[in-house]
Amino acid sequence: MEAQLRDAVRELCSRYPNDYWQRVDRTRSYPDAFVAELTEAGYLACLIPEEYGGSGLGIREACIILEEINRSGGNAAACHAQMYTMGTLLRYGSDDQKARYLPGIADGTLRLQAFAVTEPDAGSDTTAISTFAHRQGDKYVVSGKKIFISRVQHSDLMILLARTTPLEEVEKKTKGMSVFVVDLRDVPENRMEVRPIEAMINHETNELFLDELEIPVENRIGEEGEGFRYILGGMNAERILLASESVGDGLYFTDRAKQYAGERVVFGRPIGANQGVQFPIAKAYVGIRGAAAMRDEAVRRYDRGEACGAEANMAKLLAAEAAWDAANVAMDAFGGYGFAEEYGIERKFREARLYMVAPISNNMVLSYIGQHVLGMPRSF
Amino acid sequence: MEILVCVKRVPDTETRIRIGDGGRSIDPSGVKYVLSPYDEFAVEAALRTKEGLGEGEVTVTTFGDDASQETLRSALAMGANRAVLLEGAATMDGLTTAKVLATEIEEMDPPLVLLGMKAADADQQQVGPMLATLLGRPCATAVAEFEVADGKVVCRREVEGGTEVLELDLPAVITVTKGAYEPRYASLKGIMAAKRKPLEKKPVDVPESALVVEALEPPPEKAAGRIVGEGPDAVAELVRLLREEARVL
Repeated sequence: MEAQLRDAVRELCSRYPNDYWQRVDRTRSYPDAFVAELTEAGYLACLIPEEYGGSGLGIREACIILEEINRSGGNAAACHAQMYTMGTLLRYGSDDQKARYLPGIADGTLRLQAFAVTEPDAGSDTTAISTFAHRQGDKYVVSGKKIFISRVQHSDLMILLARTTPLEEVEKKTKGMSVFVVDLRDVPENRMEVRPIEAMINHETNELFLDELEIPVENRIGEEGEGFRYILGGMNAERILLASESVGDGLYFTDRAKQYAGERVVFGRPIGANQGVQFPIAKAYVGIRGAAAMRDEAVRRYDRGEACGAEANMAKLLAAEAAWDAANVAMDAFGGYGFAEEYGIERKFREARLYMVAPISNNMVLSYIGQHVLGMPRSF
Repeated sequence: MEILVCVKRVPDTETRIRIGDGGRSIDPSGVKYVLSPYDEFAVEAALRTKEGLGEGEVTVTTFGDDASQETLRSALAMGANRAVLLEGAATMDGLTTAKVLATEIEEMDPPLVLLGMKAADADQQQVGPMLATLLGRPCATAVAEFEVADGKVVCRREVEGGTEVLELDLPAVITVTKGAYEPRYASLKGIMAAKRKPLEKKPVDVPESALVVEALEPPPEKAAGRIVGEGPDAVAELVRLLREEARVL
């Protein structure tokens, strides 16, 4: 099954070669055709249970899909959230909510790939968010600011985290936040402004200004005040999945560097015959395989329902760093051609860098390991 | 209409082949096996025919060991309805394979039998015509495109310098080559659905073979290339070498 899945994803991706992604990147447009085909083939619904129209597969298969997309030279970040944002709904939503949304998410008619948590004044410090949802009868009225909210313009639904009890009134700062499903198709004008952020990579991300946006009570997921716990519940899966994208990026770079170093002849022999070129490629590859092994360990623990926070975080850090090392190695191996757009290396170089800071900065990973794994003092 | 597609599990064309101990077969260790690419055309042709007619079933079958189940699942993932594994020790003898298939096909009696023009490993192009002969059915080989209508099948073949059109009465046997049938790839939905489709395992009697493989030899190692010079100055030397050493001019 795993080999068959890997081959099938590779085959689909082979129809979207570098010039496709290059064109999408240059015009800063959305890879509509690729995402449509991926959706139609069912890949983005792999984690949704079969009763709701998905494939009911586990995180192992989801990792293979995302890894292969990035290894092919594609950019899974354009659509990966359609795969896992629904996790909050699946784990904590009511039967009614699941029946209302999951079948549409599974067949792609409902795009749930926006996740509004981060705020300008509350980045990694999530409990400091100030977006507030006031309960008024059978609805909530929400105002506040969100930033770096990706794919809002390519979503029908958005998961939103807002305070429902002011920070100063809660016993623990992790309490008093709630999670909502926002139906973006129903938002009246002037209630939500979406301001796109121009970025170094082709990634649709936005600033959101919510001004008395009304959300029906039935769109709240789970209990009021428990939202932070629900959000954390999906973090490990996200770390593991995004580590897989970095593994894919890393292998893209070593695949390409190896190939180029084997073909490019200078001073009468392929440059890959020189230790100065070959060894960095080999070393980058070792790093990627090491990160992948940690990712696999995280997957095993996740699948068995065991605590996997340490492994998921370590996998994310190792994979992001390994991919970035490989990106630099590929740039060196390609020399000037690495900077030429048609080779694809410079585009993937920009894209691979993101994972050093997103969805969580590697420093936050280290603080987690230091404090919660090693038992050292809190470092921030 | 019932369509039967006979397929084969072959080493991936990108696999590096090593000859096994004894020198009569390949070393299967580390070899990745796939559905033979010509058989993919045949499966695709069957699926399109079924879709075009709006009715019928596509059954895939293969003669081989337990591992061939994987190959049948690939065809099921593309969209075939059911699979039959004819379990037995396959050999390089095309006639043995054709006899095994013929016994099964006589029982199932599908009006249309499709095969790839050849297996990507052995390249013998035997089984299709032999099978047709054993069944006493008309056979068109290396068909690029065909259409079924009114109990007949019209086949287009690419021949040297042109196209040949054949009309065969059903039931018939057709071997398919690269042409109109660019195979669809398996989607995740297809892979998941394939797990639930019926795959019947049938042990078969394997008839005696009168053919043995005596030896397999790898192609000779290529000698290292030589750079005779660079730029226009090298032309004279290259021409001299092509004339005097390679004797091709």
